[in-house]
Amino acid sequence: MITGHLTPFLEARDTRRRVSNLVACGTLTFLSGVAIGALFLVFGYVLYRGFPAINWAFFIETPRPVGEVGGGLANAMVGSLIILLLASLLGIPWGILTGVYLSEYGRGRLGSAVRFCSDMLSSVPSIVIGLFAYALLVVPMKHFSALAGSVALAVMMVPTIARSTEELLRLVPNHIREAGLALGVPRWKVILLIVLRGNLSAILTGVMLAIARASGETAPLLFTALNSRFLSWRVDQPIASLPVQIYTYAIAPFDDWHRQAWGGALVLVVFVFSLNLLARSVIRPKMTRD
Amino acid sequence: MADVQPIVKVEGLNAWFGDVHAVKGITIDFLPNTVTALIGPSGCGKSTFIRCLNRLHEEIEGASASGRVVVENNDIYGAGVDPVRIRRKIGMVFQKANPFPGLSIFENVAAGLKLAGIRRRSLLQDVVRRSLEGAALWDEVKDKLHQPGTSLSGGQQQRLCIARALAVEPPVILMDEPTSALDPISTAKIEELMLSLKRRTTVIIVTHNLQQAARISERTAFFLLGEMVEFGDTTQVFTVPKQKKTEQYITGRFG
Ligand SMILES: Nc1ncnc2c1ncn2[C@@H]1O[C@H](COP(=O)(O)OP(=O)(O)O)[C@@H](O)[C@H]1O
Ligand SMILES: [Mg+2]
Repeated sequence: MITGHLTPFLEARDTRRRVSNLVACGTLTFLSGVAIGALFLVFGYVLYRGFPAINWAFFIETPRPVGEVGGGLANAMVGSLIILLLASLLGIPWGILTGVYLSEYGRGRLGSAVRFCSDMLSSVPSIVIGLFAYALLVVPMKHFSALAGSVALAVMMVPTIARSTEELLRLVPNHIREAGLALGVPRWKVILLIVLRGNLSAILTGVMLAIARASGETAPLLFTALNSRFLSWRVDQPIASLPVQIYTYAIAPFDDWHRQAWGGALVLVVFVFSLNLLARSVIRPKMTRD
Repeated sequence: MADVQPIVKVEGLNAWFGDVHAVKGITIDFLPNTVTALIGPSGCGKSTFIRCLNRLHEEIEGASASGRVVVENNDIYGAGVDPVRIRRKIGMVFQKANPFPGLSIFENVAAGLKLAGIRRRSLLQDVVRRSLEGAALWDEVKDKLHQPGTSLSGGQQQRLCIARALAVEPPVILMDEPTSALDPISTAKIEELMLSLKRRTTVIIVTHNLQQAARISERTAFFLLGEMVEFGDTTQVFTVPKQKKTEQYITGRFG
Protein backbone atom coordinates (compact mmCIF):
# COMPACT_ATOMS: atom_id res chain seq x y z
CA MET A 1 0.00 0.00 0.00
CA ILE A 2 1.05 3.59 -0.54
CA THR A 3 2.37 5.19 2.58
CA GLY A 4 1.15 8.70 3.43
CA HIS A 5 4.27 10.77 2.82
CA LEU A 6 4.52 9.67 -0.84
CA THR A 7 0.97 10.68 -1.73
CA PRO A 8 1.63 14.35 -2.78
CA PHE A 9 4.43 13.27 -5.12
CA LEU A 10 2.31 10.61 -6.72
CA GLU A 11 -0.58 13.00 -7.19
CA ALA A 12 1.69 15.54 -8.87
CA ARG A 13 2.88 12.84 -11.22
CA ASP A 14 -0.72 11.88 -11.92
CA THR A 15 -1.62 15.41 -12.95
CA ARG A 16 1.41 15.70 -15.16
CA ARG A 17 0.61 12.39 -16.77
CA ARG A 18 -2.96 13.45 -17.42
CA VAL A 19 -1.86 16.67 -19.08
CA SER A 20 0.73 15.00 -21.33
CA ASN A 21 -1.79 12.34 -22.18
CA LEU A 22 -4.27 15.01 -23.25
CA VAL A 23 -1.67 16.77 -25.40
CA ALA A 24 -0.55 13.56 -27.09
CA CYS A 25 -4.12 12.48 -27.76
CA GLY A 26 -5.06 15.88 -29.13
CA THR A 27 -2.07 15.99 -31.48
CA LEU A 28 -2.75 12.51 -32.81
CA THR A 29 -6.44 13.24 -33.34
CA PHE A 30 -5.62 16.46 -35.15
CA LEU A 31 -3.06 14.83 -37.46
CA SER A 32 -5.29 11.90 -38.37
CA GLY A 33 -8.10 14.39 -38.91
CA VAL A 34 -5.93 16.22 -41.41
CA ALA A 35 -5.15 12.95 -43.22
CA ILE A 36 -8.82 12.03 -43.46
CA GLY A 37 -9.65 15.59 -44.49
CA ALA A 38 -7.09 15.40 -47.30
CA LEU A 39 -8.66 12.20 -48.56
CA PHE A 40 -12.13 13.76 -48.65
CA LEU A 41 -10.80 16.93 -50.20
CA VAL A 42 -9.08 15.04 -53.01
CA PHE A 43 -12.09 12.86 -53.67
CA GLY A 44 -14.51 15.79 -53.41
CA TYR A 45 -12.51 17.93 -55.80
CA VAL A 46 -12.07 15.12 -58.35
CA LEU A 47 -15.79 14.48 -58.14
CA TYR A 48 -16.58 18.19 -58.60
CA ARG A 49 -14.30 18.61 -61.60
CA GLY A 50 -14.80 15.17 -63.15
CA PHE A 51 -18.52 14.66 -62.83
CA PRO A 52 -19.53 17.12 -65.61
CA ALA A 53 -17.44 15.08 -68.07
CA ILE A 54 -19.19 11.82 -67.27
CA ASN A 55 -21.85 10.75 -69.74
CA TRP A 56 -22.59 7.71 -71.83
CA ALA A 57 -20.35 8.78 -74.70
CA PHE A 58 -17.45 9.16 -72.30
CA PHE A 59 -17.50 5.42 -71.72
CA ILE A 60 -18.18 4.16 -75.25
CA GLU A 61 -16.46 6.63 -77.58
CA THR A 62 -12.81 7.11 -78.42
CA PRO A 63 -11.12 10.53 -78.60
CA ARG A 64 -12.19 12.87 -81.40
CA PRO A 65 -9.57 14.55 -83.61
CA VAL A 66 -7.87 17.58 -82.08
CA GLY A 67 -10.16 20.61 -82.01
CA GLU A 68 -13.43 18.66 -82.06
CA VAL A 69 -15.38 18.73 -78.82
CA GLY A 70 -16.80 15.48 -77.34
CA GLY A 71 -15.78 11.87 -77.63
CA GLY A 72 -14.73 9.67 -74.76
CA LEU A 73 -12.04 7.58 -73.16
CA ALA A 74 -13.23 4.09 -74.05
CA ASN A 75 -9.79 3.36 -75.50
CA ALA A 76 -8.09 4.22 -72.21
CA MET A 77 -10.54 2.27 -70.05
CA VAL A 78 -10.34 -0.84 -72.22
CA GLY A 79 -6.57 -0.41 -72.41
CA SER A 80 -6.21 -0.13 -68.64
CA LEU A 81 -8.31 -3.25 -68.15
CA ILE A 82 -6.27 -5.23 -70.67
CA ILE A 83 -2.97 -4.12 -69.18
CA LEU A 84 -4.15 -4.87 -65.64
CA LEU A 85 -5.56 -8.25 -66.63
CA LEU A 86 -2.34 -9.31 -68.28
CA ALA A 87 -0.27 -7.87 -65.43
CA SER A 88 -2.38 -9.85 -62.95
CA LEU A 89 -2.00 -13.01 -64.98
CA LEU A 90 1.76 -12.64 -64.71
CA GLY A 91 2.14 -10.92 -61.35
CA ILE A 92 -0.30 -12.88 -59.16
CA PRO A 93 1.14 -16.39 -59.64
CA TRP A 94 4.67 -15.00 -59.61
CA GLY A 95 4.04 -13.07 -56.40
CA ILE A 96 2.25 -15.94 -54.66
CA LEU A 97 4.95 -18.45 -55.57
CA THR A 98 7.65 -16.07 -54.38
CA GLY A 99 5.79 -15.67 -51.07
CA VAL A 100 5.46 -19.45 -50.72
CA TYR A 101 9.16 -19.85 -51.42
CA LEU A 102 10.10 -17.22 -48.85
CA SER A 103 7.95 -18.67 -46.11
CA GLU A 104 8.45 -22.39 -46.73
CA TYR A 105 11.85 -22.82 -48.29
CA GLY A 106 13.54 -19.48 -47.82
CA ARG A 107 15.43 -20.14 -44.62
CA GLY A 108 18.95 -20.27 -45.99
CA ARG A 109 21.16 -17.67 -47.62
CA LEU A 110 19.28 -17.78 -50.93
CA GLY A 111 16.03 -17.08 -49.09
CA SER A 112 17.48 -14.02 -47.38
CA ALA A 113 18.80 -12.83 -50.72
CA VAL A 114 15.39 -13.22 -52.36
CA ARG A 115 13.70 -11.44 -49.46
CA PHE A 116 16.20 -8.60 -49.65
CA CYS A 117 15.76 -8.24 -53.42
CA SER A 118 11.99 -8.32 -53.08
CA ASP A 119 12.12 -5.55 -50.48
CA MET A 120 14.47 -3.53 -52.66
CA LEU A 121 12.24 -4.07 -55.68
CA SER A 122 9.28 -2.56 -53.86
CA SER A 123 11.26 0.62 -53.29
CA VAL A 124 12.58 0.99 -56.84
CA PRO A 125 10.98 4.09 -58.43
CA SER A 126 8.30 3.03 -60.86
CA ILE A 127 9.90 4.96 -63.72
CA VAL A 128 12.96 2.71 -63.39
CA ILE A 129 10.76 -0.36 -63.62
CA GLY A 130 9.34 1.15 -66.79
CA LEU A 131 12.85 1.57 -68.14
CA PHE A 132 13.56 -2.06 -67.32
CA ALA A 133 10.51 -3.24 -69.27
CA TYR A 134 11.49 -0.90 -72.07
CA ALA A 135 14.94 -2.47 -72.33
CA LEU A 136 13.59 -5.99 -71.90
CA LEU A 137 10.67 -5.91 -74.33
CA VAL A 138 10.26 -2.68 -76.24
CA VAL A 139 13.80 -2.57 -77.60
CA PRO A 140 13.93 -6.18 -78.86
CA MET A 141 10.35 -6.07 -80.21
CA LYS A 142 11.11 -2.72 -81.81
CA HIS A 143 7.77 -1.22 -80.81
CA PHE A 144 5.75 -0.24 -77.77
CA SER A 145 3.17 -2.75 -76.59
CA ALA A 146 0.50 -3.47 -74.00
CA LEU A 147 2.58 -6.52 -73.06
CA ALA A 148 5.58 -4.39 -72.10
CA GLY A 149 3.34 -2.22 -69.92
CA SER A 150 1.85 -5.30 -68.28
CA VAL A 151 5.27 -6.73 -67.50
CA ALA A 152 6.26 -3.45 -65.87
CA LEU A 153 3.11 -3.43 -63.71
CA ALA A 154 3.52 -7.14 -62.90
CA VAL A 155 7.03 -6.46 -61.60
CA MET A 156 5.54 -3.77 -59.37
CA MET A 157 2.88 -6.15 -58.05
CA VAL A 158 5.21 -9.01 -57.16
CA PRO A 159 6.78 -7.64 -53.95
CA THR A 160 3.39 -6.63 -52.49
CA ILE A 161 1.78 -9.99 -53.22
CA ALA A 162 4.87 -11.95 -52.16
CA ARG A 163 5.03 -10.09 -48.87
CA SER A 164 1.36 -10.53 -48.03
CA THR A 165 1.50 -14.23 -48.96
CA GLU A 166 4.60 -14.78 -46.85
CA GLU A 167 3.08 -13.00 -43.87
CA LEU A 168 -0.09 -15.04 -44.17
CA LEU A 169 1.82 -18.33 -44.35
CA ARG A 170 3.91 -17.41 -41.32
CA LEU A 171 0.71 -17.15 -39.31
CA VAL A 172 -0.33 -20.68 -40.27
CA PRO A 173 0.75 -22.98 -37.44
CA ASN A 174 3.12 -25.78 -38.30
CA HIS A 175 0.74 -28.50 -37.16
CA ILE A 176 -1.51 -27.66 -40.11
CA ARG A 177 1.35 -28.36 -42.53
CA GLU A 178 2.15 -31.56 -40.66
CA ALA A 179 -1.46 -32.69 -40.98
CA GLY A 180 -1.09 -32.39 -44.75
CA LEU A 181 2.32 -34.03 -44.89
CA ALA A 182 1.05 -36.90 -42.76
CA LEU A 183 -1.63 -37.57 -45.39
CA GLY A 184 1.07 -38.28 -47.93
CA VAL A 185 0.83 -34.96 -49.72
CA PRO A 186 4.03 -33.29 -50.97
CA ARG A 187 4.88 -30.04 -49.18
CA TRP A 188 4.27 -27.74 -52.15
CA LYS A 189 0.81 -29.23 -52.64
CA VAL A 190 0.04 -28.89 -48.95
CA ILE A 191 0.85 -25.19 -49.17
CA LEU A 192 -0.80 -24.34 -52.48
CA LEU A 193 -3.84 -26.60 -52.42
CA ILE A 194 -4.66 -26.81 -48.72
CA VAL A 195 -3.21 -23.89 -46.80
CA LEU A 196 -3.64 -21.19 -49.44
CA ARG A 197 -7.00 -22.54 -50.54
CA GLY A 198 -8.19 -22.36 -46.96
CA ASN A 199 -7.04 -18.74 -46.76
CA LEU A 200 -8.20 -17.54 -50.15
CA SER A 201 -9.82 -14.38 -48.83
CA ALA A 202 -6.61 -13.22 -47.19
CA ILE A 203 -4.64 -13.88 -50.38
CA LEU A 204 -7.27 -12.03 -52.36
CA THR A 205 -6.90 -9.00 -50.12
CA GLY A 206 -3.19 -8.71 -50.87
CA VAL A 207 -3.82 -9.26 -54.56
CA MET A 208 -6.49 -6.57 -54.81
CA LEU A 209 -4.39 -4.03 -52.98
CA ALA A 210 -1.55 -4.74 -55.40
CA ILE A 211 -3.85 -4.31 -58.40
CA ALA A 212 -5.29 -1.12 -56.95
CA ARG A 213 -1.82 0.26 -56.55
CA ALA A 214 -0.72 -0.79 -60.05
CA SER A 215 -3.82 0.62 -61.70
CA GLY A 216 -2.85 4.20 -60.94
CA GLU A 217 0.76 3.92 -62.10
CA THR A 218 1.66 6.23 -64.96
CA ALA A 219 5.44 6.24 -65.14
CA PRO A 220 5.94 2.54 -65.96
CA LEU A 221 3.53 2.86 -68.89
CA LEU A 222 4.92 6.01 -70.48
CA PHE A 223 7.51 4.26 -72.63
CA THR A 224 6.17 0.73 -72.58
CA ALA A 225 2.47 0.69 -73.45
CA LEU A 226 2.80 4.28 -74.68
CA ASN A 227 -0.65 5.44 -75.76
CA SER A 228 -3.12 5.09 -78.59
CA ARG A 229 -6.03 7.15 -79.80
CA PHE A 230 -7.83 4.07 -81.00
CA LEU A 231 -9.67 1.28 -79.30
CA SER A 232 -7.25 -1.66 -79.35
CA TRP A 233 -7.41 -5.18 -77.99
CA ARG A 234 -3.97 -6.26 -79.15
CA VAL A 235 -1.31 -6.93 -76.58
CA ASP A 236 1.56 -6.56 -79.04
CA GLN A 237 0.59 -3.00 -80.00
CA PRO A 238 0.73 0.31 -78.16
CA ILE A 239 -2.36 0.80 -76.07
CA ALA A 240 -4.02 3.61 -74.15
CA SER A 241 -4.44 3.58 -70.40
CA LEU A 242 -6.28 5.88 -68.02
CA PRO A 243 -3.25 7.28 -66.20
CA VAL A 244 -1.31 8.05 -69.39
CA GLN A 245 -4.41 9.47 -71.06
CA ILE A 246 -5.09 11.70 -68.07
CA TYR A 247 -1.49 12.88 -68.18
CA THR A 248 -1.64 13.59 -71.93
CA TYR A 249 -4.94 15.45 -71.69
CA ALA A 250 -4.01 17.38 -68.59
CA ILE A 251 -0.92 18.97 -70.14
CA ALA A 252 -2.64 19.75 -73.46
CA PRO A 253 -3.92 23.31 -74.06
CA PHE A 254 -7.59 22.41 -74.71
CA ASP A 255 -10.39 22.98 -72.22
CA ASP A 256 -12.38 20.01 -73.43
CA TRP A 257 -9.38 17.75 -72.85
CA HIS A 258 -8.92 19.13 -69.33
CA ARG A 259 -12.56 18.33 -68.66
CA GLN A 260 -12.06 14.77 -69.92
CA ALA A 261 -8.86 14.39 -67.90
CA TRP A 262 -10.87 15.12 -64.73
CA GLY A 263 -13.49 12.65 -65.89
CA GLY A 264 -10.80 10.02 -66.37
CA ALA A 265 -9.38 10.81 -62.95
CA LEU A 266 -12.79 10.30 -61.39
CA VAL A 267 -13.21 6.91 -63.09
CA LEU A 268 -9.74 5.86 -61.91
CA VAL A 269 -10.31 7.00 -58.33
CA VAL A 270 -13.66 5.23 -58.13
CA PHE A 271 -12.05 2.04 -59.51
CA VAL A 272 -9.19 2.14 -56.99
CA PHE A 273 -11.50 2.95 -54.06
CA SER A 274 -13.81 0.10 -55.04
CA LEU A 275 -10.92 -2.35 -55.13
CA ASN A 276 -9.77 -1.18 -51.72
CA LEU A 277 -13.25 -1.50 -50.27
CA LEU A 278 -13.64 -4.93 -51.84
CA ALA A 279 -10.29 -5.99 -50.41
CA ARG A 280 -11.49 -4.90 -46.98
CA SER A 281 -14.83 -6.62 -47.22
CA VAL A 282 -13.35 -10.02 -48.01
CA ILE A 283 -11.45 -10.05 -44.72
CA ARG A 284 -14.46 -11.24 -42.85
CA PRO A 285 -13.64 -12.67 -39.46
CA LYS A 286 -13.88 -16.44 -39.52
CA MET A 287 -15.56 -18.31 -36.72
CA THR A 288 -12.92 -20.61 -35.34
CA ARG A 289 -13.11 -22.72 -32.26
CA ASP A 290 -10.09 -24.42 -30.80
CA MET B 1 0.29 -64.38 -30.71
CA ALA B 2 3.70 -65.71 -31.66
CA ASP B 3 2.62 -67.05 -35.04
CA VAL B 4 1.20 -63.73 -36.29
CA GLN B 5 3.55 -61.79 -38.54
CA PRO B 6 4.14 -58.21 -37.40
CA ILE B 7 2.94 -55.47 -39.76
CA VAL B 8 5.59 -53.02 -38.57
CA LYS B 9 9.04 -54.12 -37.45
CA VAL B 10 11.45 -51.58 -35.97
CA GLU B 11 15.12 -52.47 -35.60
CA GLY B 12 17.69 -50.28 -33.91
CA LEU B 13 15.92 -46.99 -34.51
CA ASN B 14 17.79 -43.85 -33.49
CA ALA B 15 16.60 -40.27 -33.83
CA TRP B 16 18.33 -36.98 -33.29
CA PHE B 17 17.51 -33.29 -33.10
CA GLY B 18 20.85 -31.92 -34.20
CA ASP B 19 23.18 -33.43 -31.59
CA VAL B 20 20.42 -34.36 -29.15
CA HIS B 21 19.95 -38.11 -29.21
CA ALA B 22 16.21 -38.32 -28.50
CA VAL B 23 15.47 -41.95 -29.46
CA LYS B 24 18.07 -44.59 -28.70
CA GLY B 25 18.23 -47.91 -30.47
CA ILE B 26 14.59 -48.96 -30.26
CA THR B 27 13.67 -52.45 -31.43
CA ILE B 28 9.99 -53.33 -31.32
CA ASP B 29 7.28 -54.79 -33.53
CA PHE B 30 3.58 -54.16 -33.98
CA LEU B 31 1.01 -56.82 -34.77
CA PRO B 32 -1.77 -56.27 -37.30
CA ASN B 33 -5.22 -55.34 -36.01
CA THR B 34 -4.05 -54.58 -32.52
CA VAL B 35 -3.62 -51.47 -30.40
CA THR B 36 -0.15 -50.91 -28.97
CA ALA B 37 0.30 -48.20 -26.35
CA LEU B 38 3.51 -46.27 -25.81
CA ILE B 39 3.80 -44.82 -22.32
CA GLY B 40 6.46 -42.91 -20.44
CA PRO B 41 7.14 -39.55 -18.84
CA SER B 42 7.17 -36.31 -20.84
CA GLY B 43 10.23 -35.78 -22.98
CA CYS B 44 11.20 -39.48 -23.10
CA GLY B 45 10.97 -39.57 -26.90
CA LYS B 46 7.54 -41.11 -27.54
CA SER B 47 6.46 -38.48 -30.05
CA THR B 48 9.84 -38.48 -31.74
CA PHE B 49 9.67 -42.25 -32.01
CA ILE B 50 6.27 -42.48 -33.68
CA ARG B 51 7.11 -39.56 -35.96
CA CYS B 52 9.94 -41.72 -37.26
CA LEU B 53 7.43 -44.39 -38.25
CA ASN B 54 5.94 -42.21 -41.00
CA ARG B 55 9.15 -40.26 -41.66
CA LEU B 56 7.62 -37.05 -40.40
CA HIS B 57 10.49 -36.58 -37.94
CA GLU B 58 12.90 -35.60 -40.72
CA GLU B 59 10.68 -32.68 -41.75
CA ILE B 60 11.95 -30.77 -38.72
CA GLU B 61 15.04 -28.74 -39.52
CA GLY B 62 18.19 -30.45 -38.27
CA ALA B 63 16.38 -33.69 -37.37
CA SER B 64 17.65 -37.06 -38.53
CA ALA B 65 17.01 -40.75 -37.97
CA SER B 66 18.71 -44.08 -38.62
CA GLY B 67 17.78 -47.72 -38.32
CA ARG B 68 15.27 -50.01 -40.00
CA VAL B 69 11.50 -49.66 -40.02
CA VAL B 70 9.94 -52.44 -42.03
CA VAL B 71 6.30 -51.88 -42.96
CA GLU B 72 4.62 -54.72 -44.85
CA ASN B 73 8.06 -56.06 -45.78
CA ASN B 74 9.51 -52.76 -47.08
CA ASP B 75 12.14 -50.83 -45.17
CA ILE B 76 10.80 -47.28 -45.19
CA TYR B 77 14.31 -45.98 -44.53
CA GLY B 78 15.67 -47.96 -47.48
CA ALA B 79 17.50 -46.24 -50.31
CA GLY B 80 15.27 -44.51 -52.84
CA VAL B 81 12.11 -44.74 -50.76
CA ASP B 82 9.82 -41.73 -51.20
CA PRO B 83 8.62 -40.52 -47.77
CA VAL B 84 5.50 -39.05 -49.36
CA ARG B 85 4.32 -42.50 -50.44
CA ILE B 86 5.14 -43.96 -47.04
CA ARG B 87 2.89 -41.43 -45.35
CA ARG B 88 -0.06 -42.53 -47.42
CA LYS B 89 0.22 -45.98 -45.85
CA ILE B 90 0.74 -44.75 -42.31
CA GLY B 91 -1.85 -42.30 -41.08
CA MET B 92 -1.37 -39.96 -38.17
CA VAL B 93 -3.55 -38.23 -35.62
CA PHE B 94 -1.97 -35.47 -33.58
CA GLN B 95 -2.27 -34.28 -30.01
CA LYS B 96 -3.99 -31.08 -31.02
CA ALA B 97 -6.87 -31.53 -33.45
CA ASN B 98 -5.73 -29.86 -36.66
CA PRO B 99 -8.46 -29.75 -39.30
CA PHE B 100 -7.49 -27.67 -42.32
CA PRO B 101 -8.79 -24.13 -41.72
CA GLY B 102 -11.13 -22.77 -44.36
CA LEU B 103 -12.00 -26.22 -45.64
CA SER B 104 -15.40 -27.77 -45.05
CA ILE B 105 -15.94 -31.00 -43.14
CA PHE B 106 -16.33 -32.79 -46.46
CA GLU B 107 -13.22 -31.26 -47.97
CA ASN B 108 -11.19 -32.05 -44.88
CA VAL B 109 -12.00 -35.73 -45.10
CA ALA B 110 -11.63 -35.83 -48.88
CA ALA B 111 -8.34 -33.89 -48.90
CA GLY B 112 -6.00 -36.90 -48.95
CA LEU B 113 -7.79 -38.56 -51.86
CA LYS B 114 -8.36 -35.38 -53.83
CA LEU B 115 -4.71 -34.43 -53.66
CA ALA B 116 -3.76 -37.94 -54.72
CA GLY B 117 -5.69 -37.18 -57.92
CA ILE B 118 -9.03 -38.83 -57.24
CA ARG B 119 -11.76 -36.62 -58.66
CA ARG B 120 -14.84 -38.79 -59.04
CA ARG B 121 -17.54 -37.18 -56.97
CA SER B 122 -19.48 -40.35 -56.25
CA LEU B 123 -16.37 -42.14 -55.04
CA LEU B 124 -15.34 -39.22 -52.84
CA GLN B 125 -18.83 -39.00 -51.33
CA ASP B 126 -18.70 -42.69 -50.61
CA VAL B 127 -15.31 -42.55 -48.93
CA VAL B 128 -16.18 -39.44 -46.93
CA ARG B 129 -19.26 -41.13 -45.59
CA ARG B 130 -17.51 -44.37 -44.73
CA SER B 131 -14.62 -42.53 -43.07
CA LEU B 132 -16.91 -40.36 -40.98
CA GLU B 133 -18.86 -43.46 -39.98
CA GLY B 134 -15.60 -45.17 -39.12
CA ALA B 135 -14.71 -42.21 -36.92
CA ALA B 136 -18.17 -42.28 -35.25
CA LEU B 137 -18.89 -38.76 -36.46
CA TRP B 138 -21.28 -39.28 -39.37
CA ASP B 139 -24.54 -38.90 -37.44
CA GLU B 140 -23.40 -35.64 -35.89
CA VAL B 141 -22.28 -33.97 -39.12
CA LYS B 142 -24.21 -35.55 -41.97
CA ASP B 143 -26.46 -32.49 -42.30
CA LYS B 144 -23.64 -29.96 -42.28
CA LEU B 145 -20.89 -31.47 -44.38
CA HIS B 146 -20.27 -28.13 -46.04
CA GLN B 147 -19.67 -26.16 -42.88
CA PRO B 148 -16.08 -25.45 -41.94
CA GLY B 149 -14.27 -28.24 -40.11
CA THR B 150 -13.11 -25.71 -37.54
CA SER B 151 -16.73 -25.00 -36.52
CA LEU B 152 -16.96 -28.35 -34.71
CA SER B 153 -16.26 -28.90 -31.00
CA GLY B 154 -12.80 -30.05 -29.90
CA GLY B 155 -13.78 -33.70 -29.58
CA GLN B 156 -15.57 -33.64 -32.93
CA GLN B 157 -12.57 -31.99 -34.57
CA GLN B 158 -10.35 -34.78 -33.31
CA ARG B 159 -12.73 -37.39 -34.71
CA LEU B 160 -12.77 -35.41 -37.96
CA CYS B 161 -9.00 -35.75 -38.03
CA ILE B 162 -9.35 -39.48 -37.47
CA ALA B 163 -11.81 -39.65 -40.37
CA ARG B 164 -9.39 -37.68 -42.54
CA ALA B 165 -6.65 -40.18 -41.73
CA LEU B 166 -8.96 -43.16 -42.36
CA ALA B 167 -10.02 -41.87 -45.77
CA VAL B 168 -6.81 -42.98 -47.46
CA GLU B 169 -7.23 -46.41 -45.84
CA PRO B 170 -3.84 -46.71 -44.20
CA PRO B 171 -2.94 -50.14 -42.82
CA VAL B 172 -1.37 -48.41 -39.81
CA ILE B 173 -2.50 -45.35 -37.84
CA LEU B 174 -0.26 -43.47 -35.43
CA MET B 175 -1.86 -41.45 -32.65
CA ASP B 176 0.10 -39.03 -30.52
CA GLU B 177 -1.84 -38.38 -27.31
CA PRO B 178 -5.06 -37.92 -29.28
CA THR B 179 -7.24 -37.34 -26.23
CA SER B 180 -4.95 -35.34 -23.98
CA ALA B 181 -6.68 -32.06 -24.90
CA LEU B 182 -10.23 -33.45 -24.65
CA ASP B 183 -12.89 -33.69 -21.98
CA PRO B 184 -13.73 -37.10 -20.45
CA ILE B 185 -16.82 -37.69 -22.62
CA SER B 186 -14.99 -36.99 -25.87
CA THR B 187 -12.13 -39.12 -24.60
CA ALA B 188 -14.46 -42.03 -23.91
CA LYS B 189 -15.91 -41.74 -27.41
CA ILE B 190 -12.49 -41.86 -29.00
CA GLU B 191 -11.39 -44.81 -26.86
CA GLU B 192 -14.47 -46.70 -27.94
CA LEU B 193 -13.70 -45.73 -31.50
CA MET B 194 -10.17 -47.09 -31.26
CA LEU B 195 -11.45 -50.49 -30.27
CA SER B 196 -13.54 -50.61 -33.45
CA LEU B 197 -10.69 -49.23 -35.57
CA LYS B 198 -8.69 -52.37 -34.86
CA ARG B 199 -10.87 -54.28 -37.26
CA ARG B 200 -9.64 -52.24 -40.22
CA THR B 201 -6.20 -51.07 -39.21
CA THR B 202 -3.34 -51.27 -36.73
CA VAL B 203 -3.17 -48.59 -34.07
CA ILE B 204 -0.02 -47.31 -32.38
CA ILE B 205 -0.92 -44.80 -29.71
CA VAL B 206 1.13 -42.61 -27.42
CA THR B 207 -0.68 -41.84 -24.22
CA HIS B 208 -0.05 -40.07 -20.99
CA ASN B 209 -2.98 -41.75 -19.42
CA LEU B 210 -2.10 -45.14 -17.95
CA GLN B 211 -5.73 -46.16 -17.46
CA GLN B 212 -6.29 -45.44 -21.11
CA ALA B 213 -3.38 -47.63 -22.11
CA ALA B 214 -4.74 -50.40 -19.90
CA ARG B 215 -8.26 -50.07 -21.31
CA ILE B 216 -7.54 -50.06 -25.01
CA SER B 217 -4.23 -51.73 -25.80
CA GLU B 218 -3.13 -55.32 -26.20
CA ARG B 219 0.52 -54.51 -25.77
CA THR B 220 2.34 -51.71 -24.03
CA ALA B 221 5.85 -50.32 -24.36
CA PHE B 222 7.40 -48.21 -21.62
CA PHE B 223 9.88 -45.53 -22.71
CA LEU B 224 12.34 -43.67 -20.52
CA LEU B 225 15.00 -41.17 -21.56
CA GLY B 226 14.85 -42.21 -25.19
CA GLU B 227 15.14 -45.92 -24.48
CA MET B 228 12.53 -48.64 -24.35
CA VAL B 229 12.64 -50.10 -20.88
CA GLU B 230 9.96 -52.73 -21.21
CA PHE B 231 7.61 -54.12 -23.81
CA GLY B 232 4.99 -56.82 -23.37
CA ASP B 233 1.34 -57.72 -23.05
CA THR B 234 -0.52 -54.83 -21.46
CA THR B 235 -1.84 -56.92 -18.55
CA GLN B 236 1.61 -58.20 -17.79
CA VAL B 237 3.24 -54.74 -17.96
CA PHE B 238 0.64 -53.28 -15.65
CA THR B 239 0.35 -56.18 -13.18
CA VAL B 240 3.73 -57.89 -13.09
CA PRO B 241 6.26 -55.52 -14.71
CA LYS B 242 9.65 -57.11 -15.21
CA GLN B 243 11.63 -53.91 -14.76
CA LYS B 244 11.96 -51.95 -11.54
CA LYS B 245 11.68 -48.66 -13.50
CA THR B 246 8.39 -49.73 -15.06
CA GLU B 247 6.96 -50.61 -11.70
CA GLN B 248 8.02 -47.28 -10.25
CA TYR B 249 6.42 -45.44 -13.16
CA ILE B 250 3.08 -47.23 -13.15
CA THR B 251 2.77 -47.00 -9.41
CA GLY B 252 3.24 -43.27 -9.77
CA ARG B 253 6.60 -42.94 -8.07
CA PHE B 254 7.92 -40.68 -10.85
CA GLY B 255 6.88 -39.13 -14.16
N1 LIG C 1 11.68 -29.83 -32.29
C1 LIG C 1 12.60 -30.23 -31.39
N2 LIG C 1 13.84 -29.71 -31.40
C2 LIG C 1 14.77 -30.11 -30.51
N3 LIG C 1 14.55 -31.02 -29.56
C3 LIG C 1 13.33 -31.57 -29.49
C4 LIG C 1 12.29 -31.20 -30.39
N4 LIG C 1 11.18 -31.92 -30.08
C5 LIG C 1 11.52 -32.68 -29.03
N5 LIG C 1 12.81 -32.49 -28.67
C6 LIG C 1 13.52 -33.17 -27.57
O1 LIG C 1 13.51 -34.56 -27.80
C7 LIG C 1 13.21 -35.26 -26.61
C8 LIG C 1 12.00 -36.15 -26.83
O2 LIG C 1 10.86 -35.35 -27.02
P1 LIG C 1 9.43 -35.96 -27.39
O3 LIG C 1 9.62 -37.02 -28.39
O4 LIG C 1 8.55 -34.84 -27.78
O5 LIG C 1 8.98 -36.58 -26.01
P2 LIG C 1 7.55 -37.09 -25.56
O6 LIG C 1 6.64 -37.14 -26.73
O7 LIG C 1 7.81 -38.45 -24.98
O8 LIG C 1 7.07 -36.16 -24.49
C9 LIG C 1 13.02 -34.24 -25.52
O9 LIG C 1 14.20 -34.16 -24.77
C10 LIG C 1 12.79 -32.95 -26.25
O10 LIG C 1 13.32 -31.87 -25.55
MG1 LIG D 1 4.82 -36.02 -27.06
